[in-house]
Amino acid sequence: MDNSLYQYLLILGDNSMILGHRLSELCGHGPTLETDIALTNISLDLFGQVRSYFQYAAKIADSEQTEDSIAFLRTERKYRNVLLVEQENVDFAHVIVRQFLFDGFHKLLLEQLMQSKDETISAIAHKSIKESKYHYRFSGDWLKRLGDGTEVSHKKAQDALNKLYPFTNEFFLESDIEKEMSAKGIGPNLNILKETYYSNIHQIIAEANLTLPIEKQRVAKGKLGYHTENLGYILAELQYMQRTYPNMQW
Amino acid sequence: MKNNIHDLEEKFQARIDAGEKIEPKDWMPEKYRKTHIRQISQHAHSEIVGMLPEGNWITRAPSLRRKLGLLAKVQDEAGHGLYLYSAAETLGISRDQMFDQLHTGKAKYSSIFNYPTLSWADIGAIGWLVDGAAIINQVMLTRTSFGPYARAMVRICKEESFHQRQGYEIMLGLCRGTEEQKEMAQDALNRFWWPSLMMFGPKDEDSPNTEQSVKWKIKRKTNDELRQEFIDITVPQADFLGLKMPDPDLKWNEERGHYDFGEIDWDEFWQVVKGNGPCNKERLKARTDAWDEGAWVRDAANAYAEKQSLKKQSENNKKIAS
Ligand SMILES: [Fe+2]
Ligand SMILES: [Fe+2]
Repeated sequence: MDNSLYQYLLILGDNSMILGHRLSELCGHGPTLETDIALTNISLDLFGQVRSYFQYAAKIADSEQTEDSIAFLRTERKYRNVLLVEQENVDFAHVIVRQFLFDGFHKLLLEQLMQSKDETISAIAHKSIKESKYHYRFSGDWLKRLGDGTEVSHKKAQDALNKLYPFTNEFFLESDIEKEMSAKGIGPNLNILKETYYSNIHQIIAEANLTLPIEKQRVAKGKLGYHTENLGYILAELQYMQRTYPNMQW
Repeated sequence: MKNNIHDLEEKFQARIDAGEKIEPKDWMPEKYRKTHIRQISQHAHSEIVGMLPEGNWITRAPSLRRKLGLLAKVQDEAGHGLYLYSAAETLGISRDQMFDQLHTGKAKYSSIFNYPTLSWADIGAIGWLVDGAAIINQVMLTRTSFGPYARAMVRICKEESFHQRQGYEIMLGLCRGTEEQKEMAQDALNRFWWPSLMMFGPKDEDSPNTEQSVKWKIKRKTNDELRQEFIDITVPQADFLGLKMPDPDLKWNEERGHYDFGEIDWDEFWQVVKGNGPCNKERLKARTDAWDEGAWVRDAANAYAEKQSLKKQSENNKKIAS
């Protein structure tokens, strides 16, 4: 099996899965019915992408794997999502800021993956890009509403930005797998995306009347499997059924 | 004047009798308006409170496919709520007012959602039984006299039957699975069967308003008729699953052409209606929390929209000035 490609699919899929999980925690508890529906929609899109990535990963795996064994039956250190997506919901401002910071990257990444030499990845990216563009517009619009809404919303959005912005640095810390994928033309050179990413999001952050935090980065090695304490609890829920009732069909 | 209203009411009833739909701008008796506001808003509340027990299992769904199915289903219910609130709004009440009635306990919602979901099988049981029971009610309502409500029902019914099939398919998977899975399914049926029968409301003899509701075509069948219909449809489905209904008195009555069934625990029914069910407090708290914690978000959206429209206005003024 092409282990690097397999690991790369985990990086791609885990980001969508863990963020999708965080959003799914909110289903039924949104501030309005409309936002409830919209956030659930994003969660649905993300989980749809997860299935595509993991079905592909299962296909190229040597051992007997399924999309579900990949999704649910790894230990914590084997998950490769960036730390941003596992951060807690806290409040609507954190949800929106986390989403915005991720969507801005996700959209750029997918645009690159559309050109991937791996046909399956390219096909998944072609399908996902429309979704991602919509997510980015949604989260960007809400960022402006919160940042430029009331005093209270401005403060909450700024707090969330201060807390979450430093996690964005991790997007561009290339792991060995990402370097290899970039060399093979399967994935992008992340360094090239960095400038565009920050100039894009900074523009919207400014439009939202928000300021960049003083702390701009932090140590983050989620892609290498070093997570925050949040992930263990996410997995405890996510894996509950598969762990409690092993080897069953649902 | 009195005669006038009497005439109007007669004409109104004649339209309903002729099968015409009543539209929001048409004249209608005050009682008709009030009854519909009450019924449609309570129906809407049921949709959104109904998101909670099933939402309880989204993060723990056993497979990616099931997770997507459940997420989509719960999202559909939010859509139903939205659609029904809009239908009620045509009668001159705002969504905020309706929420307020829900949050203060003035408005009811379907009691079934005051039961907890304790295992994954409950998600199957709810789809199969609760959506199944809802369909029986709602198919009847597709022909109700108030146009927006009837049309909402047509659209909603399509999705409810999809939910019902999805729920039954979850049960089927469990019943064709391991011993543990089958036990899980049986336990869910045991807990949800009786509350599902209660969804049709009190017995006819204890149900006021039915006559008026029949006249306005809100009700074409009585509670007991609908309940019987549901039982007759559902018992063979349980047989097919290989599950046992938790009712020792349940048996086919050749003469009636229907299943006979045991006595519903009406004490429990009224307890839950009065707010003392297993989860009434939790369900209401989840809704009021979401609303209260969302207040600053809604304020922000309003403030932003206002600023934007002021900006546009001043830009337009500048254009005109130059
Ligand atoms: Fe519904
Ligand atoms: Fe439903």
